[in-house]
Amino acid sequence: MWLWFHKLSSPPYAYRTAGRLRPWFLWPAVIAMLIATYGGLVMAPADYQQKDAFRIIYVHAPSAILSLMVYTSMAIAAAVGVIWRIKLAHAVAAACAPVGAWFTVITLLTGSIYGKPMWGTWWEWDPRLTSELILLFLYLGYMALRASFDDTQRADRASAILAIVGVVNVPIVKYSVVWWNSLHQGPSISKFAKPSIDASMLWPLLLMLVAFILYFLAILCDRVRAEILKRERDARWLSETVVGAQP
Amino acid sequence: MKEFLSMSGYGAYVWSCYGITALVLIGNFWSARRDRDQALLHAKRRAQARQGEDA
Repeated sequence: MWLWFHKLSSPPYAYRTAGRLRPWFLWPAVIAMLIATYGGLVMAPADYQQKDAFRIIYVHAPSAILSLMVYTSMAIAAAVGVIWRIKLAHAVAAACAPVGAWFTVITLLTGSIYGKPMWGTWWEWDPRLTSELILLFLYLGYMALRASFDDTQRADRASAILAIVGVVNVPIVKYSVVWWNSLHQGPSISKFAKPSIDASMLWPLLLMLVAFILYFLAILCDRVRAEILKRERDARWLSETVVGAQP
Repeated sequence: MKEFLSMSGYGAYVWSCYGITALVLIGNFWSARRDRDQALLHAKRRAQARQGEDA
């Protein structure tokens, strides 16, 4: 395990591995997304309260979960980069940010559209909604901070601190509906309790979540490769790998 | 079919959500791929230029 970890932290190996893994994430993601969309829009029965509007949950909830999951991955990668001084970990953290930010945008937009018919408002300064908005600002702040340095190593260290400090917001988003009186509904799926939704409605949701995770990993492969290419541009292995490779 | 599209009156909300999600996911995919290809092209040019110097 440690040997593998050590091997993976070497840029040439990571570069090749990311390229090899990408199709294995991408195609299952596409297939799972199509099946889950069909399941969510056609096969699942309409909700007794929310009617067909509840079908928004199939894109809203997985995006929301990913927005938190990607941030957590980014913070962990950044921490690994700072503590063990692994450059590749910083590359992974940097690669996470744009994807995570876009998942947060989907969450906020679809949530707003979901809120209009259900709550009668597009936006409310509610704990769940506000903390998710802060998450978006954290992602944007992270990317802006990185962009403000010319030196990659300084950008890595400074942005890592922001990512690590910002991780306190993750449990706030997650538990906001439990801790405070929120307009937002409570969790429908939980690791420990029996889910509060029927199996016919649940499976497309879980499948969509798996699809989104695979999609994230596929995108991450491309972004990590781009990061490695930029960082290692003068390395000998890179010129040997790159010359002859089709762009 | 008409019934399916109307989503018991919530059609505009449901379809706009799915549309936004699809758009963002596809956009993300393209931009990640474009960044990777551009980085590869830059690295390639750099490597070739260096080879030219060595020769």
